[in-house]
Amino acid sequence: MEPMKPNLEDQPSLQRGLQLYANYCLGCHSLRFQRYERTADDLGIPHEVAVDEVIFTGQKIGELMTAAMDPESAKAWFGAPPPDLTMVSRVRGPEWIYNYLKTFYVDESRPFGVNNKVFENVGMPHALIDLQGVQRDACPPGAADCRQLAVDAGSGLLTAEQYDQAVYDLANFLHYVGEPTRLARKRLGPYVLGFLVFLGIFTYLLNREFWKDVH
Amino acid sequence: MEPSPQAKRAVPRLWGELVDWVDNRFPATETWNYHLAKYYAPKNHNFWYLMGWLAMVILANQLITGIWLTMSYVPSGEGAFASVEYIMRDVEFGWLLRYLHSTGASAFFAIVYLHMFRGLMYGSYRKPRELLWLIGMAIYLVLMAEGFFGYLLPWGNMSYWGAQVIVSLFGAIPYIGPGLMEWIRGDFLMSEITLNRFFALHVIALPLVLVALVFVHLVALHHVGSTAPDGADIKKHKDATGKPLDGIPFWPYTVTHDVHATVVFLFLFCAVVFFAPEMGGYFLEKPNFEMANPLKTPEHIAPVWYYTPFYAMLRAATYPLFGVPAKFWGLVVMVGAIAIPALLPWLDRSPVASIRSKGLASKWMLGVFVASFLILGYLGITPPSPLATAISQICTVLYFAYFVLMPWYTRVERTKPPPDRVTMR
Repeated sequence: MEPMKPNLEDQPSLQRGLQLYANYCLGCHSLRFQRYERTADDLGIPHEVAVDEVIFTGQKIGELMTAAMDPESAKAWFGAPPPDLTMVSRVRGPEWIYNYLKTFYVDESRPFGVNNKVFENVGMPHALIDLQGVQRDACPPGAADCRQLAVDAGSGLLTAEQYDQAVYDLANFLHYVGEPTRLARKRLGPYVLGFLVFLGIFTYLLNREFWKDVH
Repeated sequence: MEPSPQAKRAVPRLWGELVDWVDNRFPATETWNYHLAKYYAPKNHNFWYLMGWLAMVILANQLITGIWLTMSYVPSGEGAFASVEYIMRDVEFGWLLRYLHSTGASAFFAIVYLHMFRGLMYGSYRKPRELLWLIGMAIYLVLMAEGFFGYLLPWGNMSYWGAQVIVSLFGAIPYIGPGLMEWIRGDFLMSEITLNRFFALHVIALPLVLVALVFVHLVALHHVGSTAPDGADIKKHKDATGKPLDGIPFWPYTVTHDVHATVVFLFLFCAVVFFAPEMGGYFLEKPNFEMANPLKTPEHIAPVWYYTPFYAMLRAATYPLFGVPAKFWGLVVMVGAIAIPALLPWLDRSPVASIRSKGLASKWMLGVFVASFLILGYLGITPPSPLATAISQICTVLYFAYFVLMPWYTRVERTKPPPDRVTMR
């Protein structure tokens, strides 16, 4: 797998990731444990902008990011309802998401005409195909465990670099959604540890004072 | 303005009157003296003697964070997983409560294992501390059950399948197995009914038992007193007023040790809570971030690290015997491995208590025991393979050998006499 290092400090990346998610993913894949409002606040997006640009379902900003698709019909269309993705980055890791979204390729034997190098025989169409373009398996016939893929020139809206960035943003965003408090946790940690070191100096001295006459 | 001499005397006098008033109705001063101010511990208590105190610190952490988690947790098949994520996202500092609790579970076991190892090293289980040891074993059993029931509550996929594997062990018992399994689950498969009863046991029944047992453990300890690491008896040498010369009162001396140890421990504990709460998937397993799904078995089911030595022993039994499947014998081995330390007071025939005075055989056997326990712990996490099974079989035998051969090797080895007075090291 190609390495991918998420960066939660990069707010523009997370904002772009949210935008992509709302436009390309949220129709089928809910984030049903995460609220629009919290996402907007954490990502520095004003509520009015979030309502206009992210919420296409007429929901209120305080509501959970549930998908528009009816699960019963989804089951009929795809064989199984598309899974909720709130926690996908904690189960599989952001690196997996990044690689998964980059390795769809044409495979006429599959119901949606595409297959995936990371998730073999996945039951999902290539949702970002208009951005990436048509990608084909470029392996020599019979090559074992080959990951070589090539995009048909000019078939996508984005260049290869732009697509990589888009997929990075999306994976980065899902990394954020997996644990939205991660940043707060890592920011609070040093203060707590610092306080304990400070307190520890005094408990050490207290202990030494009491024990200095014990032999 | 300086307070008048009368006013200066008034406060201590009032305090003294209040204490007298209480003491006439409740043994407050008596209890304080018996358990703290005049309770003597050996002067030379070392690192290993901090674990009992730290275990109580974590118990308090688990109780307090547990109460607050229960305020937002929903024990139902539909609501459990979602409510944990609600706590992680929408409850103010909910993530902190949850990580303190989940990290606390691992820390609790780590500390309790170190506490038990102290007992093995210094012979803390020996006469007159047999009951103290047995109460401790009961605490350990309840703690294992408490952890097991609690692990189902997030209703993640590993919660579900882990509990399924453990409950299905009971199904291997001849005749009563299948019925017993149904009785434990309250259903034909793991379900919301199972979740509800595990919740009741985890938040009410077992914590009550645990706290009661810890109290009794302390009462027993303060009756017989602590061991010294070198095996010296502090009650042998007393001054004219009856104070042990080699002892030091718990208040304030042991307390100042314990307070500093608490801060050092909290530093390590918080480092995990804030920077690695998943601990690379060992404290919070990755498949558990996916909701319980009866139709989707995780690729590799492993219990949390603190159960894995026993899980490896369970899997080490691969031969069916007397027409009973191997799974049942695995259960027997596992239960035996958990229970056998309870026999230690009667297996140890050495004339001396501490490992410092015991002979080479005891030292080696203790080392082999610890090594086999750690290796089994590692093998219990990893997926099974023929080599791993063979190694766990050897380690299981070594684990039991420490106990079964103890009456022999503790008697034949050459020991040193324990020191008459405590040695400050």
